[in-house]
Amino acid sequence: MLEIIYQFISQNVLLPITTLLLPVDYQAQALTVLQTVVKILSILVPVLLTVAYFTYFERKVIGFIQGRIGPNRVGFFGFSLWGLGQPIADAVKLIVKEIIVPTGSNRALFIMAPILSLAPSLAAWAVIPFDDTKVLANINAGLLYVLALTSLAVYGVIIAGWASNSKYAFLGAMRSAAQIVAYEIAMGFALVGVLVAAGSLNLGDIVNSQSGSVIHWFWIPLFPLFVIYFISGLAETNRAPFDVAEGESEIVAGFHVEYGGMAFSVFFMAEYANMILIAVLSALMFCGGWLSPFQGIPGLEDLFSWVPPMFWLLAKTSFFMFLFLWFRATFPRYRYDQIMRLGWKVFIPITIVWLVVVSALVVTNTPPWFN
Amino acid sequence: MIEQIVFYLFSGILLLSATMVVVMRNPIHSALFLVLSFFASAAIWLLLQAEFLAIALVLVYVGAVMVLFLFVVMMLDINLVTVREGFARFLPVGITVAVLMIAAMGLVVGSDYFLSDTYMAIKSVGSDYSNTKELGLTLYTQYLYQFEIAGAILLVAIIAAISLSMSKSKVNKSISPEDQVFVKKADRLRIVKMQSESNTKNGESEA
Repeated sequence: MLEIIYQFISQNVLLPITTLLLPVDYQAQALTVLQTVVKILSILVPVLLTVAYFTYFERKVIGFIQGRIGPNRVGFFGFSLWGLGQPIADAVKLIVKEIIVPTGSNRALFIMAPILSLAPSLAAWAVIPFDDTKVLANINAGLLYVLALTSLAVYGVIIAGWASNSKYAFLGAMRSAAQIVAYEIAMGFALVGVLVAAGSLNLGDIVNSQSGSVIHWFWIPLFPLFVIYFISGLAETNRAPFDVAEGESEIVAGFHVEYGGMAFSVFFMAEYANMILIAVLSALMFCGGWLSPFQGIPGLEDLFSWVPPMFWLLAKTSFFMFLFLWFRATFPRYRYDQIMRLGWKVFIPITIVWLVVVSALVVTNTPPWFN
Repeated sequence: MIEQIVFYLFSGILLLSATMVVVMRNPIHSALFLVLSFFASAAIWLLLQAEFLAIALVLVYVGAVMVLFLFVVMMLDINLVTVREGFARFLPVGITVAVLMIAAMGLVVGSDYFLSDTYMAIKSVGSDYSNTKELGLTLYTQYLYQFEIAGAILLVAIIAAISLSMSKSKVNKSISPEDQVFVKKADRLRIVKMQSESNTKNGESEA
């Protein structure tokens, strides 16, 4: 389906544009560029729509968990439609609001900070494979690229905290910096475990090396790393119970306390885009990505063979996204010293020990994963 | 053609941002320009098909080292007047060091190992070539001992840094999680049995 639409756009929109507007020498190159832009848009537009509706589902899910209804008023054309128009209304409200730059703030950095926090989380989608063939940039060092880009998100937070020239914002930025550096190490070691198990840094190869059945997925041999990766992802995205960088009850809203309107909403979008990214990476690296959960089961495998592989990836991603919301509604916020202790004294030793275990499993060709 | 444009673009950014690191008055701005120069050099390494080194540069230096660096610089209250006081006094020393470094780099770059005809163009390799794999193979076979020695030195440095920061911390207020976990109700709370005070009248006690 998606291929057909892409081919249609490529043939009927992009090809006429390049042939009509450009000299013959540059047509082929321009067509490639335009095709890439269409591919990028076909990833980013759904991601941003998901971000918008993820905020709606967060309010609905947490409302359900807490015995409330959640947003149910804003709809379309006079129909309330369970409040489905809420994200659109929020976006319109935030766009028309004024962006206030505080006096004494560093204007250039103040404006740059939200962009710096959103850009890496969108750029990381370049290497995410949606099935065996659908990937924008099939690069060798995909895993490293993702790790490098997720570690950059902290700059938006730090620069926002410093440029705001506000004590609360600065405290939030300091907390966030220390927390992200601590959890990045655990996250990196968890990814080294995936690398050892898969024998490749390419995300597509990592998924393909998990094929077989549900028990072939890496969540069993790498179970401690799987748990640590997801919890570190929670900490890296500054989500509850690790949201001390925002800490509404202590430091008002932390690093983005001085931001309003669209500048604030870009931070908001960055947080949600990062959550979706962590969810899709957990699905890819530990839960078999686009592989069907019925693979290897005689009757069911054929019964579900019509389902496109991308559906399984999106279903797994949705489950991890739901976990983010579930955790937020369930756990109280960690105290700061407990966060540091968990990161440095619990997670890092466990990951190092489990790396040795995984290496031993790989070297001894332990079935069913590494034979 | 495109490669040359990309090279000159990122070389320009690199030189400009490296200059700004030295020139900027605000230390935070200097640190941020250092981040930008790391990015630009990572892009140039990507042009050399050294994708592992390029991404590792971003991951380690930009993602971790510079974050801690900014963390520290933001906490310090650097007074630029006192920093600039000794400028004239240290200028001769600075110039000497700069001249020595330029001379040393000139010698290395002008030596036989860096002749321009041996480094004319990067040999193009296929897409199945993995830079990471090659680097790992070289590092863990040919340069194993050097690698291990470097690792041991870093370990010693970590232990030294920790012991230095712990040496005078007898009076710190850190919390012992074990004690917190094992605390019982009886340690904090004492239930007292006492008579109910019903014999006092409301009107009298208020007066």
